[in-house]
Amino acid sequence: MTSLYEEVSVTPVDVPVRRVTITVNGERRAADVEPRLLLAHLLRQGFGLTGTHTGCDTTNCGACTVLFDGRPVKSCTMLAVQADGHDVQTVEGLASASELHPIQEGFKEEHGLQCGYCTPGMMMAAKALLEENPDPSEDEIRWALSGNLCRCTGYQNIVKAVLWAADKLRASAG
Amino acid sequence: MYPSRFNYESPSTIEEAIALLDAGRGEAKILAGGQSLVPMLKLRFAAPETLVDINNIPGLGYHHFDDAGALHIGALCRHEDIEKSAVIAERQPTIAAAAPLVADPIVRTRGTFVGSVCHGDPQGDWAACMIALDGYVVAQGPNGRREIPVKSFVTGPFQNVLAHNEIAVEAVVPAPRGEARGAYLKLERRVGDFATAAVAVALDMSGDVVLRAGIALTGVGGTTVNASEAAESLTGSTLDADSIARAAELAAAAAQPRSDHRGSASYKRHIVNTFTARALSGIASSSERAA
Repeated sequence: MTSLYEEVSVTPVDVPVRRVTITVNGERRAADVEPRLLLAHLLRQGFGLTGTHTGCDTTNCGACTVLFDGRPVKSCTMLAVQADGHDVQTVEGLASASELHPIQEGFKEEHGLQCGYCTPGMMMAAKALLEENPDPSEDEIRWALSGNLCRCTGYQNIVKAVLWAADKLRASAG
Repeated sequence: MYPSRFNYESPSTIEEAIALLDAGRGEAKILAGGQSLVPMLKLRFAAPETLVDINNIPGLGYHHFDDAGALHIGALCRHEDIEKSAVIAERQPTIAAAAPLVADPIVRTRGTFVGSVCHGDPQGDWAACMIALDGYVVAQGPNGRREIPVKSFVTGPFQNVLAHNEIAVEAVVPAPRGEARGAYLKLERRVGDFATAAVAVALDMSGDVVLRAGIALTGVGGTTVNASEAAESLTGSTLDADSIARAAELAAAAAQPRSDHRGSASYKRHIVNTFTARALSGIASSSERAA
């Protein structure tokens, strides 16, 4: 494990920076960031959490979706300084050391990915949905994932994967 | 992509934010939800010297109806807050209908209603709703507050009448005379795309008589189109086949669409006609069921 206060720098030395402290996947992390640094870039280049993908970089595709204080956001469309004092969950926070999260299992069991580029964003959007609605219909899943684009699967197996995860999560909760 | 360098400020009061805007002399910009501004910064369509982030100002995320029945929406009320609001679903049908159609579900967790109105995008859904509803923006500056009707708030694409040291602190939908009825119908090629065309309808009704009407159009002009003649044709009348057809024709005539990759101008005009008629017919038939 890294230390609770691991510090990273992702800016040139001569540029004004701000210190931010963010809880990332349950762990407090600090960084000195330039105000213009995007949250997606801090996660990837600063903290090495490259599971968060940047796809379109224009707020369309949702590959960079993370949970910000529990709600899904496109991390390419937020500044890293705005996350100061907040809670961020990335795809790396889903699995425990020994087992996959049921959402990850669902994507595996139902073949919910092909190239895998959109998958982290899909899974984080699915997590936000299932926390709010543990028993979603197929329509509700399609609606909740409509801000996330997949160019491989045609979405069919992604929807099945989320249904699979919902079943498993309900079974383990009940 | 990353933005040009800027100074970042995150004040904790509106007064501080106004002071920062004032000091910026037109080179400071408010950051609320950021779902339009951050992409514009990244594309460098916008390059302000200073960003004034209002997300740390407490107490701006509200929406509520006051005792008189007016709906107040604070500067940090997110699209999602409106989409999930039971009180808006019950009392403000035009806003309730548009909320799930703004951008996509993830953008809606962050983007704000007031920010969207200020952004002044001719494709913006909320500006059309607010024009149809006769809504206004409350702006606060160094010398206090003023109310600006949304009809005269946006002066062109991405332009509004706010002074450089004013913040839009809330948007207000006036109390309806009688019962608020309404709809928002939008044609988009896929979720998150801009509207090919959309129609906002807001009626104040007493029984089956229209006391006040507003109709506004998204995506069919250089700014949001106020189809005032269509709306006025309904005032004082009931919703029947003739009055609905007349209003739909007038709304289509008010549209100023351009042919582009989303469709031809005549197609978009046709959509405006169809959606206006469909919205009004829906209101008429639900009134009949209720009666």
